[in-house]
Amino acid sequence: MSVDKDTVRRIAKLARLAVPEGRLEPMAAELNGIFQWVEMLGEVQVDGVPAMTSVVAQKLKWRKDEVTDGGQADALMLNAPEGEDHFFVVPKVVE
Amino acid sequence: MSDLTSMTLTEARDAIRARKISSRELTAAFVGAIEKARPLNAFITEAGEKALAMADASDKRIASGTVGALEGLPLAIKDLFCTKGTRTTAGSKILGNFVPPYESTVTQNLWDAGAVMLGKTNLDEFAMGSSNETSAFGPVFNPWRATNSNANLVPGGSSGGSSAAVAADLCLAATGTDTGGSIRQPAAVTGRVGLKPTYGRCSRFGIVAFASSLDQAGPMTKTVRDAAIMLGTMASVDPKDSTSVDLPVPDYEKLLDGGVKGLRVGIPKEYRIDGAPAEIDALWSKGAQWLKAQGAEIVEVSLPHTKYALPTYYIVAPAEASSNLARYDGVKFGYRAPDARDITELYEKSRGEGFGAEVQRRILIGTYVLSAGYYDAYYARAQKLRSLIKRDFEEAFEICDVLLTPATPGPAFGVGAKTSDPVEMYLQDVFTVTVNLAGLPGISVPAGLTQNGLPLGLQLIGKAFDEGTLLRAAQAVETAADFKHGPAKWWSV
Repeated sequence: MSVDKDTVRRIAKLARLAVPEGRLEPMAAELNGIFQWVEMLGEVQVDGVPAMTSVVAQKLKWRKDEVTDGGQADALMLNAPEGEDHFFVVPKVVE
Repeated sequence: MSDLTSMTLTEARDAIRARKISSRELTAAFVGAIEKARPLNAFITEAGEKALAMADASDKRIASGTVGALEGLPLAIKDLFCTKGTRTTAGSKILGNFVPPYESTVTQNLWDAGAVMLGKTNLDEFAMGSSNETSAFGPVFNPWRATNSNANLVPGGSSGGSSAAVAADLCLAATGTDTGGSIRQPAAVTGRVGLKPTYGRCSRFGIVAFASSLDQAGPMTKTVRDAAIMLGTMASVDPKDSTSVDLPVPDYEKLLDGGVKGLRVGIPKEYRIDGAPAEIDALWSKGAQWLKAQGAEIVEVSLPHTKYALPTYYIVAPAEASSNLARYDGVKFGYRAPDARDITELYEKSRGEGFGAEVQRRILIGTYVLSAGYYDAYYARAQKLRSLIKRDFEEAFEICDVLLTPATPGPAFGVGAKTSDPVEMYLQDVFTVTVNLAGLPGISVPAGLTQNGLPLGLQLIGKAFDEGTLLRAAQAVETAADFKHGPAKWWSV
């Protein structure tokens, strides 16, 4: 399987990552190098092998459904690139 | 005492408890050493003033008779741990101005035990790298140089600032994180000890996430005993991390006693790789002899899926990274690209300008292997491989108690030597990455020098949550290796 320029453009779009037109071709070559190396996984017989879901044998913990934290609106806004009162400001999304 | 900075954590702890030195004296010595060592670029953020204030507070506690496990001891913190009120960058432009309003659990545990924070250490961007060269804040230089050479070498990665800081005596010990080898590899190439605990032993809360099923915090120290002391405080059961395991934290320092008589040490034959330098093999054999001489039993074991570990990792880790890093979009925190016309462009440009090349590469790999049509061929298959790799270890541990392997495929390499081929860089983690995939604890211990005078380490791998045995075996290697070397302090005028 080989990754071409259009595939890079498509996955960059899925990842919401602006990749300049001039970087698409070199990136495709880099990814191909990596995927060719990864191809060796194809030679392993994996039928009937369970996919790993947790590396330690522990059930996910349950806790009571109750409020333990909150009222942190000021702290939440501290690192906002742009904010007004307790709102994050973004470019217009609704015409 | 003439040079406070060359003390081990254990020595400093005992000196403070005996009131031979104050935390203020000790901390001031390190703050001075850090300023002189700026050419190494080990720190992204120095916190001298804060450190001295913490030291004074510690001295007050000592005077009043309250002495925590790490009372007054100055530490360096990898800049992946969120520290309340102190900038936390993850080595990335996208978090270049991020000041967390909360503290990671691991660092909170350290401060609760009385430790002092000297600053935040450099790292590969989002911990993605093995040489500290992907940092948006520039490379770190290894304090070590080859004999008769002025060429700068890398300190390993991703915890390269932490490894350099410990090796250059800029702190008593440092924190690191290890997703594929990022504690053990940098410790090995700087002649220091690096411990990656069992997955779930240290809380991941407040550590900037890379690959959540693999990430684990651990100590980087001068000695095995220091690592045992640090782990005792870093480890905890944390309700804020659902993968934190409900097991009491033992007194690791006490578990160091007892030696290795009768311990079964496995030598995995698949770790003998073609093209590895003869020095690595020779050191490995020496390590086995050291343990045997102290009464351990050496057994050959097989981990048949070893060669598939790195390719498996380079599917699983980027897949998780692409999801974890989706949160950086220029809206709630972090870098925002100027002049975006609409919301999609805001996301795309903020991420395109904020992430460096290696991070972008991994986001794209991760997005690809999780995308429709490729998920089964790549991601689902990799998760099955991961089960097989873990099973290999379970079978090996039926006939041995710990495993002994090389830590790295070679010593520290030159800055820029491996940046052109991603796969060549990825191979740095060939001996360490299996441990993350299986969730096991691993430790690298300095064991010798190359002909050129550069440090090499040996790795020990333990059973899950059996850090006690692992540390005991590591101490046996440390004792036999008697590694007393340090770098010449060329950076300090």
